[in-house]
Amino acid sequence: MIRLDGVTKQYPDGTVAVDDLSLTAPDRAITVLVGPSGCGKTTTLRMINRMIEPTSGSVTIDGQDVLAMDAAQLRRGIGYVIQHGGLFPHHTVERNVAAVPLLLGTPKKQAITRARELLELVGLDPALGRRYPSQLSGGQQQRVGVARALAADPPVMLMDEPFSAVDPVVREQLQDEFLRLQGELGKTIVMVTHDIDEAIKLGDHVAVLQVGGRIAQLARPAELLAHPADNFVADFLGRDRGYRALGFDSARVPLHDEPTVSLGATVSEAAARAGSDGWVLVVDDRRHPQGWARPADLPGEGSIDERALALGGTLARVDGPLRLVLDAALSSPSRRGVVIDGDGALAGTCRATEVLSVIETRERPSDPGDPISHPAS
Amino acid sequence: MIGSIIDWLTSSASWSGADGILARLLEHIGYTLLVLVIAAVIAIPLGLWIGHTGRGRWLVTAANALRAVPTLGLLFALTLVLLPVLPGDTAFLVPSVIVLVLLAIPAILSGTYAGVEAVDPAARDAARGIGMTGVQVLVKVELPIALPLLISGLRAAVLQVVATATVAAYVGLGGLGRFLIDGLATQDYASTAGGALLVAVLALALDAPFALLERLVVSPGLTGRTRPLRPSEPNRTAPAGGST
Ligand SMILES: Nc1ncnc2c1ncn2[C@@H]1O[C@H](COP(=O)(O)OP(=O)(O)O)[C@@H](O)[C@H]1O
Ligand SMILES: [Mg+2]
Repeated sequence: MIRLDGVTKQYPDGTVAVDDLSLTAPDRAITVLVGPSGCGKTTTLRMINRMIEPTSGSVTIDGQDVLAMDAAQLRRGIGYVIQHGGLFPHHTVERNVAAVPLLLGTPKKQAITRARELLELVGLDPALGRRYPSQLSGGQQQRVGVARALAADPPVMLMDEPFSAVDPVVREQLQDEFLRLQGELGKTIVMVTHDIDEAIKLGDHVAVLQVGGRIAQLARPAELLAHPADNFVADFLGRDRGYRALGFDSARVPLHDEPTVSLGATVSEAAARAGSDGWVLVVDDRRHPQGWARPADLPGEGSIDERALALGGTLARVDGPLRLVLDAALSSPSRRGVVIDGDGALAGTCRATEVLSVIETRERPSDPGDPISHPAS
Repeated sequence: MIGSIIDWLTSSASWSGADGILARLLEHIGYTLLVLVIAAVIAIPLGLWIGHTGRGRWLVTAANALRAVPTLGLLFALTLVLLPVLPGDTAFLVPSVIVLVLLAIPAILSGTYAGVEAVDPAARDAARGIGMTGVQVLVKVELPIALPLLISGLRAAVLQVVATATVAAYVGLGGLGRFLIDGLATQDYASTAGGALLVAVLALALDAPFALLERLVVSPGLTGRTRPLRPSEPNRTAPAGGST
């Protein structure tokens, strides 16, 4: 557990970057610091590994005062992913990843072997280990940065905008992999981002900071969306709060049997099975949904092949978040949302009105008067 | 004219003896190496320290200003001052060496400092952040990344010192400068031109080992001298059945 207690940082030029901030980051959970640029996120993060010394207040990790420890020693025990990657350009990728174990005295051969395993763990081909950082794409470099931070298997990780330097598609991918990895490793993580969507997606707890280094609200993502503490937080969260909050609420919705045809069936077969609106769901031989087709629009003699499928229409899982279930209905060309089971096979379809009925009967998200003092999920 | 230079350069008489080409060449190389070692021992640690701490940048500016001091004038002034206090030949050697060291320092100091300065702040920050001590940051990160510019500085210094070491002859010392000065005095233009040619060839010859050094010690990650590999993001697609 990382604990900041009444921490203040005033820079020599008088800027108060962090003002009397108290925060607890529970074990094995991701605590995200989010806020506009210049609000003191990086300063707060760097006071945990003493890259910046607080002006006053205390920082402890598992009850140990970090200010009482040797700074270099302390940092070797904390994984640190810095904002701009910060890979060593003169070292190969595997040597970069092995940097901390080598500092700690691990024999070189063993450190490099371990580095290759870590590359694999973060989704990189271990063969990339022989390259130099300049030979990697931005997304690959970010992965190497994460691998380096993990190399000595530290219980605590600090991450400063680890996914900011890549395009949105790669970022999504890195975030998903990061969550999978955290599911396996269960590190105690403090992460900084200016992207509220990233904070809500990744955080078990989210601390919204406002300029001047004060916490405007500390809450779980669902609570944040349901009960922003003040106008600043509400503005920062942005639009679609109610809809985004559904991303944290899962419930079963009524499912309807959906007539299907197999890929390769004739158009006349499909026409016979289509609903009154003319749409029919196409599945493969394992009953995995492939898309919707409207036989009336197709030449009568042909068969249903991939070109006949209408694009669009997201899939939702049976016990997935209501946001995805509702979206499946809204995005479907037939307005019937496709719901799949855990194996990806068709479970049935849902209707937007029925999903909304389920939402209306749901309990409101927990009361704002219940701050997060309870341990992480 | 050219014929007489070639005659001079190729006659065995001009190569042998205490004042022959071979002896002068070795003297010249000796001065150059002595000066370079002294200058490097002063300028490299100083440049590393200034780059690492960010303190004392004015020293780099000051050293560069030294380049404006006329070498010959300084040499004569120093010789006059030191002649009474130094014994024997050292009275001539020490001023020459000082002048040449002062000439070599700015290039090496600027190169070293600029090399450390050019280190990506993110890499330096990461080095501290993963738990390197100040010395480790300097030795394991800043110095290796500074090497290309540091070696450029050394090479510039070598060229300058080889060319300028000819002035030592003005105060009665040896080296290839003797052929230039004595040749002028005795109107033996073949030896003057031949001496100048030898200086130029020596400068090039002494540059070669540094070029080799650079290839050996500078990481391919810095020079781009890497095998031609095309970075490619492994293809990853969302898991089947994924949504939004
Ligand atoms: N070394 C420094 N000296 C003076 N002011 C600084 C320094 N570092 C950051 N600041 C100021 O402190 C505030 C917080 O900075 P920072 O923690 O980097 O914010 P964030 O990471 O949230 O963008 C900003 O106003 C910034 O200008
Ligand atoms: Mg920042």
